[in-house]
This record gives sequence, C-alpha cells and structure tokens, in this order.
Amino acid sequence: MATIDLNRLIKRYGQTTVVHGIDLSVRDGEFVVLVGPSGCGKSTTLRMIAGLEEISGGEIRIDGRVVNDLQPRDRNIAMVFQNYAIYPHVTVADNIAFGLYRSKLSKSEKRQRVEQVAETLGLSQLLDRRPSALSGGQRQRVAIGRAMVRDPAAFLFDEPLSNLDAQLRTQMRIEIKRLHHRLGTTSVFVTHDQVEAMTMADRIVVMRDGRILQVGTPLELYENPVDIFTARFIGSPTMNLLPASLRDGGAELSLGGFIQGPSANATSAEILVGARPQDLVPSSPGVPGLTVSGTVAVVETLGSETLVHVESAGQTIIGSAPGRQIPQIGEHLTLHAPAERLYYFDKATEKALAAR
Amino acid sequence: MKAAASSHGLAMPHIRPGRIVAWTLLFIGGVIMVTPLLFMLSTSLKDASQVYDLRVIPEAPTLDNYVEILGDGRFTRWLINSTIVAVIVTLSNVFFDSLVGYTLAKFRFRGRYIIFIAILSTLMIPTEMLVLPWYLMASQFGWIDSYWGIMFPGMMTAFGTFLMKQFFEGVPDDFLEAARIDGLNEFTIWWKIAMPLVTPALSALAIFTFLGNWTAFFWPLIVTTSAELYTLPVGLSSFAVEQSIQWEKIMTGASIATLPTLIIFLFLQRYIVRGVMLAGLKG
Repeated sequence: MATIDLNRLIKRYGQTTVVHGIDLSVRDGEFVVLVGPSGCGKSTTLRMIAGLEEISGGEIRIDGRVVNDLQPRDRNIAMVFQNYAIYPHVTVADNIAFGLYRSKLSKSEKRQRVEQVAETLGLSQLLDRRPSALSGGQRQRVAIGRAMVRDPAAFLFDEPLSNLDAQLRTQMRIEIKRLHHRLGTTSVFVTHDQVEAMTMADRIVVMRDGRILQVGTPLELYENPVDIFTARFIGSPTMNLLPASLRDGGAELSLGGFIQGPSANATSAEILVGARPQDLVPSSPGVPGLTVSGTVAVVETLGSETLVHVESAGQTIIGSAPGRQIPQIGEHLTLHAPAERLYYFDKATEKALAAR
Repeated sequence: MKAAASSHGLAMPHIRPGRIVAWTLLFIGGVIMVTPLLFMLSTSLKDASQVYDLRVIPEAPTLDNYVEILGDGRFTRWLINSTIVAVIVTLSNVFFDSLVGYTLAKFRFRGRYIIFIAILSTLMIPTEMLVLPWYLMASQFGWIDSYWGIMFPGMMTAFGTFLMKQFFEGVPDDFLEAARIDGLNEFTIWWKIAMPLVTPALSALAIFTFLGNWTAFFWPLIVTTSAELYTLPVGLSSFAVEQSIQWEKIMTGASIATLPTLIIFLFLQRYIVRGVMLAGLKG
C-alpha cells in the first residue's frame, strides 16, 4: 500500500531528453495505466520508478519517501516484465520464492506463502515444474506470483500482456483486474494498447514524446480528450476528423454542410470536427449535427455492429451500422451524428475547443 | 526410388553417391584417429620384448605393466599432482573468467572497451614468448618447484574471459533486472541467475581448461625440478630419458592418463545442451 509521486521527473540519455519533467500522483490502491505509442517514455518512466534507470532530474516518492537514490531492492516494489523473466533453471515454486529472497521469514513460512500465492493464481499443481514445461499464460502467472508473494508497496507492470495471444490477453486482463480488486495494491501498468488501458485503469495517463498529455478516468478521456492525439488514441476505430471553417456561429465543413454551435475561441478559423464511428450512424438528419454522404468503400462485419467506410470528396469516413444491417459496397449512404456527440479541435494547435 | 528398386529386383534402398564418399572419408578419418589409441592400449598390454612386434592384438597380453606402474609410488604422485593442478586451474578459470566476462558483458563503465581489447590482445602473444617472463617472475617470488608455480600462469585466460563474455551477452537483461528487484545483490545475481544460464559455456570452458592442463607439458617441465612435483606428462617423459625408452611403461601411463579425460568429457557433455536459457523468456 503506497502512494507514488513523480515531481518534474526528467530522463536524459546523453543529449537526448526522453522524459521531460513529468508530474504525476498515484493514489494509494489506485490502478494507473501509462499509455502511449512506442518511444513515448512510458516504459522509461516505469523503470525509473522501479529504480532500474537512473533519474536525470526531479524526484520520485514512494509512500512519501524520496527514493531517487535507493536501489530497486530497497524500494519495496515488484515488477512484472513483458518477457516474464522467470528464471528457467529453477522450478515454479523456487521462482515464486525468489520474491521472498530478502524476507526474514523461516523456510516453512516462506513455503507456506509460496503455496498461498500459487493457490490464488491456480499454480498449485505446477509448483515442481520448470518454466519450459509451462504455457505462456502460466509463465506470466508465475511472474505475477513472484511479484505478489512479497506483499510489495506497489506493482509495476511493463507491458505484461503483449506477448500473449488475443484470447489469453483478454483473460489475463480480467485476472489482473480481479487480483488488484482483491489485494488493493497500488499498481502502475504500462501498455501501448488503448483497449487494455480503457478496460483496466482507474486512471489513464496518456503520454507522447516524453510528456504527459492528459490524465483522467477512461470515460473522461473518451468523452473529453484535450487534444487530437488523445482523441484519436482512445477509442476504436479512431475518431473521424473533418476539416471545417468557423463562420457565422457555426462550422462549415470542407466536405459541404454546416454545423450550428461551436464557439469561436480558436486561434484561427480553421478547425477539425471530430465524430466517433459509434456516433456516426446511417440515418436521415432529423436533429442538428454532422451529416456526411458518400459511397460505401469497405464494410467490416463484426456481428454486434458493422463498420462502414464511406468515401466522400476524397476523404474516408468510418461510421457504424447495426450488426444485421449490412450496406452494400458502392451503395450511396448518408451518415449522421447528433451535434452533442461531436468534438471540435483547433487545427493549428490540435487542442480541443471548449464547444461541448 | 521404389520403381528403380523393383525394376532391378533389389530390396536395398537407394543410396546417394555423395553419402558413400562422405562415409568413406569419415571411416578413414575414424581409423586415423583410433589407430594411435589402439596402439597405445595394445602396447600397454605387452611386455618389453614385444614392444616392437607391431601386432595390434598382443601375442601374450599381460597386465604386468599396470601392476608395476600403479604400484610405483612416483606414478600415483604424478597422477595426484596432475589432478590437483588441473582441478584447481579449472575451477579458477570457471570462476574468474566468467566473473570478468560477466562484468564486461553486463556493466557499462568507463574504460570497459579498452580493458576488453587489452585482454583480447594477450591472445596474440605466443606461449613460448611468455615462458621466460613467467620463469623470471616465478623465481623472483620463490614459486619455482611448487604447485603455485605450475598453476599461476593459467589461473585466468583471455580465451576463457572472451568466451564467457560472449555467452553472457546472450543472457537477457530482464532476468538480471527481475533479480535486482527481487532483492539479490550484484554478486548473487551473477552467481545464482546468470551463471546457471550459461552452463553450456561453463561446461565447454571446464573441458577445455581441464584437458589443457591435464596434458600440459612444456611449462610444468620448466618450472618443476623435483620428481615429486612432476605432473603426469612430465613424469611419463622421464621414463624416456632415465634409462632407455620404456615404451610399454609410457603407453601404460598414457592409457591411465586418458581415463579421466574420457570420464570428464562424458560427464560434462550432457550439460552442453542448448536452449536451457530460452525457456524462461518468450520469443
């Protein structure tokens, strides 16, 4: 149980700065997900919290205590790696017991704790096996067991699911979530997968180029992205962005059409109108909002819904139709999104406009 | 293939000519390798009068040479000396070569590359050139005619360090970082995590070092003066100078000396299994 605070945290490799003075407070028991494209500094940040990377500037506090110069072993954190990193030359039981390496418990107490953890993770039958005799999911569970056994102040996860196949990933996602719910240990989870971030996080931290763009609950990020990057990064498929110009108390789309509403606090008259594919559905424009017409170019049938790629004036716009209503390719289709579901961004600064 | 076989009425499978050539060459190679070994064994079973009778199977095989050699206190002394020297030097190499190799492979520090190059460059210097400085050094420190004198030049080798460095570079950093978080100190990480992951390389290094020292002749000959400190090869060669050349004794001693190498090889060979390392990591 602990809080984690980052104050103006900086990481430089020689001349290159990869983390530009970020601030973040992780509350006790919170599950925070750092998300961003590769090279955004999220893993580096996690490794600095773990103590595996030196800090070039700023401060890290775990439970109020500055840990800048502490060795990883003195920070009382546990980490789960992308590659599992369980030791191949010892059994599952010994792998988990390595988590208790510095513990003063007696041998039998250690054994007992290892068995408890194995029980929790469903590894009891595998304790005498070597890692080579385990499946990918089991290996990752052993790695989690090694982290859990010590009852650390915080868990750090470095893309732990990206090596698993899709089905197992979904399953482990739920297991980690459930485990966090049970143990209530502060967790920082790094991923480049926005679905993982959305489904697991109490709060998401969106990072790009070594800076934090936005921190918020999954829904806050989905509903109120602060800029184009976050708007496109969160949500799948990505948000449609249509160029428009502000004029006469509304926005005139370059595709044609006019939307009443967006206020004009943009630095220029050029803006982008954003519409999530889920909000852009085939219907006739009864209510004010965005209307796009075009030719159906691609249809992606998902069962629960159907994604429709419509081409209009050289731009492809993705909308969604109900699962059983599958448009034909080449068909002319009109998509409509109500005004209150639209997003507006300044084209020059890429920041969200306070129109909603 | 089936059609060809039936048309000739032969049941034999078709063998490609390349195979025949390869097998023939391998067979000849095998014979060349085994013949001296056979002669060594066969000579050891002959008495002095039969030595120049070149039959492989002795006319009147006898174990007298073995009885005599093993009963000779000097021979057992040499056997013990060789064992002491080879075992200690091997352990020392396995320990220090891998310690230095690991440090060079896994730690970033100023001068790391220069140290590595310096170690490598010693491989260019032939042993013959080193013998004189070694000898002067040994005599200055009073190491002539002592176990330490025989062992000190080989306690660490550039080759072993290089070999271990290369293997440690293949050990993924994730293992070491996981261990760091688990609370192991740097030495324990090396000993408990990294070392078991390079067992194949350690076995290879152990075999090379043991064999090299078990059969070493030149340096032990130079640095030892008293017969009690001779290693086996030096001792055996003394059979050739004292009176006449006693071939049957030399061959008996050589036969006995071959045994430990065979045993060591058979014992360590099963550890030279690749893929031990990959089991704990994905991909």
